Amino acid sequence: MKHLLSISDLTDAELAMVLDTAEEMHDVQSRSIKKLPALRGRTVVNLFFEDSTRTRSSFELAAKWLSADAINVSAKGSSASKGESMKDTLLTLDAMGVDAIIMRHAGSGSVAQAAGWVRASMVNAGDGMHEHPTQALLDAHAMLRHFRKHEMGSLEGKRVAITGDLLHSRVVRSNVLLLPRLGAHVTLVAPPTLLPSGVRSWGVEVTHDLDEVLPEVDVAMMLRVQRERMHGGYFPSEREYIAGYGLTAARLSRLKEGAVIAHPGPMNRGLEISSDAADSAGSLVLDQVSAGVAVRMSILYHLLAGNTPES
Amino acid sequence: MSEPTTVLSAEEMSRAIRRMSHELLELDAGADDVVLLGIITRGVPLAHRVAAAIADAEGTSVPVGELDITMYRDDLRDNPTRPVGRTVIPRSLDDAVVVLVDDVLNSGRTVQAALHAIADLGRPRRIQLMVLVDRGHRELPIQADVVGKDLPTSRSERVRVHVAELDGVDEVLIERTEGRA
Repeated sequence: MKHLLSISDLTDAELAMVLDTAEEMHDVQSRSIKKLPALRGRTVVNLFFEDSTRTRSSFELAAKWLSADAINVSAKGSSASKGESMKDTLLTLDAMGVDAIIMRHAGSGSVAQAAGWVRASMVNAGDGMHEHPTQALLDAHAMLRHFRKHEMGSLEGKRVAITGDLLHSRVVRSNVLLLPRLGAHVTLVAPPTLLPSGVRSWGVEVTHDLDEVLPEVDVAMMLRVQRERMHGGYFPSEREYIAGYGLTAARLSRLKEGAVIAHPGPMNRGLEISSDAADSAGSLVLDQVSAGVAVRMSILYHLLAGNTPES
Repeated sequence: MSEPTTVLSAEEMSRAIRRMSHELLELDAGADDVVLLGIITRGVPLAHRVAAAIADAEGTSVPVGELDITMYRDDLRDNPTRPVGRTVIPRSLDDAVVVLVDDVLNSGRTVQAALHAIADLGRPRRIQLMVLVDRGHRELPIQADVVGKDLPTSRSERVRVHVAELDGVDEVLIERTEGRA
């Protein structure tokens, strides 16, 4: 593996290995010495043109727990705010000799474009409305861990409903590419205005009716209403959105026994997810956060530990 | 490659493991605080056999763990990325007598990696090394405390340990590889 730009970059064997390694990395989080020497002497840069709390900090922790040196560069406070182009920023960091650049950018496809410019390994930490592959991997990892812990098997045959602002979501695209490969049955739920064009060709079920699918699902994944990307009326009012698509306390009680709730965060409590749901016993939200560090350790290990031939 | 020669048969291997277990008990004056850590892969079944032999001899059950040293290898970056195994630690290693168990002792680099891994997991009172075969060619100042068989080899030879749990048969073989040191 040279880069991780999209879930579709991973072969089945690589995917299995990444998820296996993540499982081992989980143990490190609970040790008193959270350190493995595998990436000693490697340097990882977090280059974030968009804001982030959990993705950036978990990549930083993942790199540090593997003994890599990690630095953070954000657009605010860097030369990007002085008008430097994305390409020049990348070439500058690459010229310093870094081994991996973890990049988030508002432009769909920007990270793949960057991979053509630099010698370093590129990791897509979210490119516009395109993909967020490590988020999908950690979602899958958190679900797998939960099912294994409760002796509910794997993702094979499990039903996952992904509900919310699918139009602006890179998380949904990566999950639609990933979860069916692990055997899950994915249903997308959103109002017509928040469905991406071409969604019918994605090979997964699409519906506007959350109440119809909710009693069937093993995982209810709620996605954030991305107000910062909405410059128009996608729905009449928040109240109406909640009535149709919010995981309210009333809807929570309609989930079948053993079903879990996922949300990639940050959450708009009271909008797409109620506090009752977010803080319920069936909520995987914090498991997803801890899975994030383990999955990102696994990705960095597989990208940087060996002498991967240049692709 | 020439026909491999059998160095230890199943019966000889089981006798060696029994003797090694007794030697260990003598060395540690019993099995108190002993934790057997098998180095993945073939150290693990061997560690379980030693634990069984100790249980036979003393009636005490000794905890057995598994140590994966992949991330601690000093040649990690010279090879394609290796899959990672699962380290299982059965009890706190602080103040324990940790006995590392492996199949073959060669350069000593695996043991060095294992020592680094243990340092990140706790602070044992003592660490000892038990190997089924010591084939020489050390590249580091590392010595085993308990050895099943000293086997002087040339560098062009390969020592293969097979265990019933993984390979269907117990045996130690020596193979001569041609043209390769």
